Amino acid sequence: MYDLIVIGGGPAGLAAACAAWEGGLRSILIVERDKELGGILNQCIHNGFGLHHFKEELTGPEYAGRFVKLLGETGVEVRLDTMVLEVTGDRQVHMVGKSTGYRVEQARSIVLAMGCRERTRGAIAIPGARPAGVFTAGAAQRYVNMEGWMPGKRVVILGSGDIGLIMARRMTLEGAKVLACVEVMPYSGGLNRNIVQCLHDYDIPLYLSHTVTDIRGKDRVEQVVVSQVDDNRNPIPGTEMVFDCDTLLLSVGLIPENELTRQAGIDIDRRTNGAVVYENMETSLPGVFACGNVCHVHDLVDFVTAESQKAGAAAADYVLNGPDGLDPGVVTSDERLLTVNNGGGVTYTVPQHIRPGRVEKLCGLFFRVNRVCRDSEIRVTSGGAQIARFKREHLAPGEMEHIDLPKALLDKAEGELTISIQEVSK
Amino acid sequence: MKELICIVCPQGCHLKVDEEHGCAVTGNSCPRGAEYGKMELTHPTRVVTSTVRCQGGLYPRCPVKTDRAIPKERMFDVMAALEEVALPAPAAVGQVVIENVCGTGADVVATRNMPSRR
Repeated sequence: MYDLIVIGGGPAGLAAACAAWEGGLRSILIVERDKELGGILNQCIHNGFGLHHFKEELTGPEYAGRFVKLLGETGVEVRLDTMVLEVTGDRQVHMVGKSTGYRVEQARSIVLAMGCRERTRGAIAIPGARPAGVFTAGAAQRYVNMEGWMPGKRVVILGSGDIGLIMARRMTLEGAKVLACVEVMPYSGGLNRNIVQCLHDYDIPLYLSHTVTDIRGKDRVEQVVVSQVDDNRNPIPGTEMVFDCDTLLLSVGLIPENELTRQAGIDIDRRTNGAVVYENMETSLPGVFACGNVCHVHDLVDFVTAESQKAGAAAADYVLNGPDGLDPGVVTSDERLLTVNNGGGVTYTVPQHIRPGRVEKLCGLFFRVNRVCRDSEIRVTSGGAQIARFKREHLAPGEMEHIDLPKALLDKAEGELTISIQEVSK
Repeated sequence: MKELICIVCPQGCHLKVDEEHGCAVTGNSCPRGAEYGKMELTHPTRVVTSTVRCQGGLYPRCPVKTDRAIPKERMFDVMAALEEVALPAPAAVGQVVIENVCGTGADVVATRNMPSRR
């Protein structure tokens, strides 16, 4: 019996395990399917990580290394090369590992920290031939940065998410010619700084409101056809551009990896594709918490760390101070509950539910907007009355927003909170 | 007046730099942004992050970076210098891989611990 089993040894799992140790748990197991800890950070060799958490600029491997070092100072047990196959409603974790074989471990609490995976060509149904040379950007990143393979020499990138932008620079530095970065939306999905330092620095053109409409080539990609799209994202005939290239990289979105979550019967939010969570990252299954990219896709690892520390601390609290014997459920019968609604301009919020009685001082709330907004107000209303507002000069779908709601304010709210965006003139 | 997006941190502040008044910067949220705005117009610099060949390591490549920003126009010279390196495993994070790379004053350092292949 473990106090806590953490599924996934990336940034979320590492931070959750460390926080749970600090919170007083002494039998913690991290289960990781790769041959080392650190997750996707190990292939993100560029810098820009850690400005919030460590107050300095680190590369991905350095950021991971800091946490691996911290973990080494605890007694947390780690099983590498081990894949979790199933999590049951009574918190049994089925796993299979290279050296340990098939094991079933019982946990008092669980943190789900499985991260996310990339959308592929199949998920976005690009027409055309099926030659070699079409990669997801993250797969190409692993080949180049860890395994030492160059995926190609003349490259088109579909999608302007951060991984696509980072790979545009990376492939250029390694001697490839990146011909274009193509984005179906009228704005980039990546951080502004990455447009500047990954595209502008190398004169790589960014085609907004464009998409790939054909892939040509027999054994290997030979040409990619790019067309402009209309307001409904339908290709406009006659706008085709043909690029002679051998590689197409896809950076077309990330999907939280929630097979285990679904199998365990945990409620999933269709908007985040992650578990529905409460203010302390607890899911609909008592004692099971979710954090990091498995809960909702983040832009910055620093926020993954903060969220995961919250989940780890909550798991420790659940084990040490939680209910004895029978679980009363996630919400007790006499407990106040607020549901967070998405108002105008907001695509999702995390958490989706808040139990004000369990908030100490502040309740952090993450959300994304559905369009680029200048000078705006984030409005928080309850029962039709505005209870808080926050000013922002710039909001974009590619940049996750964050507000802190004071406990006093939550105590005033009734039944629901609605978060909405209103553009205001200065 | 030149408009720039700050690349110092992921916040990406929209900077305005006044070339006619000593590159005075507005729109920044921190002092590093002011410095970046000025530098970008006078002599732009970048930190180079890449990999080097790693002999006998857990992975064939070990990630590295320049320990400070180097002139932007020297990036490809640094990349060429990295091509010549064969780093023996094990390597430690922070270990110097190339001293004063291409005379820029920056050292290239490893950015992870690279154990030997088991």
